[in-house]
Amino acid sequence: MRRSMLFLPGNSPNILLNADFLGSDSIILDLEDAVAPTEKDSARILVRNAIKSREYTREVIVRINPVDSPYWKEDLQAIVPVKPDMIMPTKVSCSGDVKIIAEHIEMLEKECQMEAGSISIIPLIETALGVENAYEIASADERVKAIFLGGEDLTADLRCKRTKEGQEIFYARSRMVMAARAAGVDVYDTPWTDVEDYDGLVKDASFAKSLGFSGKASISPRHIPFINEVFSPTEEEIQYAKDVFETIEKAKAEGKGVVSLRGKMIDAPIVARARQVLEAAEAMKGGR
Amino acid sequence: MSKLVGSIKEAIKLAGLKDGMTISFHHHLRNGDMVAVMVLDVISELGIKDLNVNISSIFDTHEPFIEYIRDGVVTGIETDYMGGVVGRAVSEGIMNKPVIFRTHGGRPSDIINGVSPIDVAFIAAPTSDCMGNCTGKYGKSACGSLGYAFADAMYAKKSVVITDNLVDYPLVDYSIAENYIDYVVNVDKIGEPSGIVSGTTKITKDPVGLVIADYAARAIEASGLLKDGFSFQTGAGGASLAAAKYLKDIMLKKNIKGSYGLGGITSYMVDMLKEGCFKALYDVQCFDLGAVESIRTNPNHMEVTAAHYASPTAKSSAVDSLDVVILGATEIDTDFNVNVHTDSNGYIMGGSGGHSDTAAGAKMSMIVAPLSRARLPIVVDKVLCKSTPGNTVDVLVTQRGIAVNPLRQDLADAFRGAGLPVVDIFDLRDMAEKLNGKPNKPVLGDKEVAKVLYRDGQLLDTIYNVPVK
Amino acid sequence: MVIQKKACAGTLESSDIYVEVSPLPQGSGIKLDLNSVVYAQFGKEIEKVIMETLAELGVEDAEVVASDRGAVDCTIKARVETAVCRGRGEE
Repeated sequence: MRRSMLFLPGNSPNILLNADFLGSDSIILDLEDAVAPTEKDSARILVRNAIKSREYTREVIVRINPVDSPYWKEDLQAIVPVKPDMIMPTKVSCSGDVKIIAEHIEMLEKECQMEAGSISIIPLIETALGVENAYEIASADERVKAIFLGGEDLTADLRCKRTKEGQEIFYARSRMVMAARAAGVDVYDTPWTDVEDYDGLVKDASFAKSLGFSGKASISPRHIPFINEVFSPTEEEIQYAKDVFETIEKAKAEGKGVVSLRGKMIDAPIVARARQVLEAAEAMKGGR
Repeated sequence: MSKLVGSIKEAIKLAGLKDGMTISFHHHLRNGDMVAVMVLDVISELGIKDLNVNISSIFDTHEPFIEYIRDGVVTGIETDYMGGVVGRAVSEGIMNKPVIFRTHGGRPSDIINGVSPIDVAFIAAPTSDCMGNCTGKYGKSACGSLGYAFADAMYAKKSVVITDNLVDYPLVDYSIAENYIDYVVNVDKIGEPSGIVSGTTKITKDPVGLVIADYAARAIEASGLLKDGFSFQTGAGGASLAAAKYLKDIMLKKNIKGSYGLGGITSYMVDMLKEGCFKALYDVQCFDLGAVESIRTNPNHMEVTAAHYASPTAKSSAVDSLDVVILGATEIDTDFNVNVHTDSNGYIMGGSGGHSDTAAGAKMSMIVAPLSRARLPIVVDKVLCKSTPGNTVDVLVTQRGIAVNPLRQDLADAFRGAGLPVVDIFDLRDMAEKLNGKPNKPVLGDKEVAKVLYRDGQLLDTIYNVPVK
Repeated sequence: MVIQKKACAGTLESSDIYVEVSPLPQGSGIKLDLNSVVYAQFGKEIEKVIMETLAELGVEDAEVVASDRGAVDCTIKARVETAVCRGRGEE
């Protein structure tokens, strides 16, 4: 289960040492914006070594440099052999951007005699064109397991101001959710950038959840517990899901075909939703 | 009448200072203090030797002490804290007599009870009148509270006030009163403002520190102690301040009205007072400009003496009523004993200050520290120096989870109930070892360089020299 | 691999190590100068990791100056490798 993803700078040894104890479900080790051009080589090697030796307990995502930069191939060459869970390409605007990355990963997997398709892709969509092409991006390759909206760069591209209320990205958010769900992948919301405003964060995350987002990225470990809480099933939801399965069991025992709970018929979508809730509840046990 | 004398030299002569006597200083000017060295310069010039110096803390600005120790001017040191510069020299064995370490509560207790008598106290005062009514709240060298200086002024045989802001009699808002003071000396400058208080104390931005702070605040919330009447002390370290900030958020959200904030005071505690989290601040030491400003202007921000703060032999002291204290550590062992005196190589670089006083007094004493710093684990099998005994330490909060002293099963249950990650302290030790490797132990000599006294005067531990290669 | 020019990598931040490599004539071997805040605890181990990493990279002759701030093995290896790559004079 992936409710929260935490961005961490790739060139900081102390942070890499502690990356999986900052509370997020996934960690994003960043080779892009958080690393100066003169340190791309050192960050790449450091992140590679960290993944190789640290045995991270959380899902590891590596954000690589964009395909129009001179760094992305070397990033993949260093990172793919140490098997991160996911690669996050940036500024993805069309299915072609995904395919070129996917092909390169595939080539490297072969070279390293790794299982084909073992590394997934989570494209970061942060341009107007990318949002418009969200569905083709989400369905561009088998490796794409989720898409992720970057609100800061997007609003720069839209030439509008990024606000706390987020009206300016409402369309992009809806479009992303629609595209992701249509393609059958997960979808992640842009980070909340005011580190100290927790009420605003909770409101923003709750709104994203209400639109259908699977979770949210973050730039501060302090935000993680709030995000995890928003994207976790509530006690009532868990109880309801348990009741759904109990009712079904009971009906089976009694030989009934059609069953209802609290006056509502239990159909396939309700069962699917209940299963998701219980799976999420199970995955959450014992963590932050 | 005036107690004003022309120079420090004159005051020393009038006070009758002789070889073998004990002089004292306070550390409210912290790393900006110029007075202790200024006075020792004159003492050395006068040819007085073999002095015992009782100073509430030694900072790196006191580096010239090392020369005066070598020259035999200073042959004994009693203190509550010693920074790394003088600490290194002491650890290398430059003194023949071991340094006596006390706590911030033990020091005034021993002065008041005549266990550690002072012949002449030199009191740096940012503002004074000619009769010795003085305060730290005003003047160009303002430092706020003078809490650690009261016992010295009141119980030394002779007390000398040294100020750089002499005002007309009577000083209205005084801290230490004239009836204890023998002489007043006016000098150009008692301290370097940048070293006295920091402009602002800042909470950490380090993600690891923020996670520790988050766990710390949530553990306090879960402890059952966070309710109306709550009292609290925290250190000025980045993670401790962040924890205080998060605690404030919780208190405001739940509308909890605490009783008092204690200790060394920072702007973060001042904010909590202003926003109604506490009725009062009891301030023995100001850490930043915000605290100095507040103690000067806010009547609910009160100066307390070191004895009132933490003396174990006072009829009561403020630490006795404390609910929660957040403290740091350089090492903590699997019996929860804490070292704040020496670094991992055995060099002196700190001291109890109020660490063991507050740990003993508070209903919950909490150590916040990362699992390892620069490859050195926080949890060890046995601390190099026992500064605070493990039976007074309740909780260790790291980014990898919270270890609870087995004596406090109630807290472990409460934390688990709140969904906090409770871990065994042995597991924390093993995790750090897995990450960093097992460090070799430093080899120490057999010369006693310092004795650590517990707040009640009992010998807690002995610090040995670090052999010079 | 031959070190062609002086190059460095890493920082002096806590948990990092700053490594500087310089060329030495063939046959000189490795000249290592290490200082570390945890020398007493880990000095020998750090030296070993540096030497092994150089050997793996095929560096036979170099002067290496390292200032360690408590880096773990995988960080030490990364910084040595980065410095060597930068010092071999290709991009």
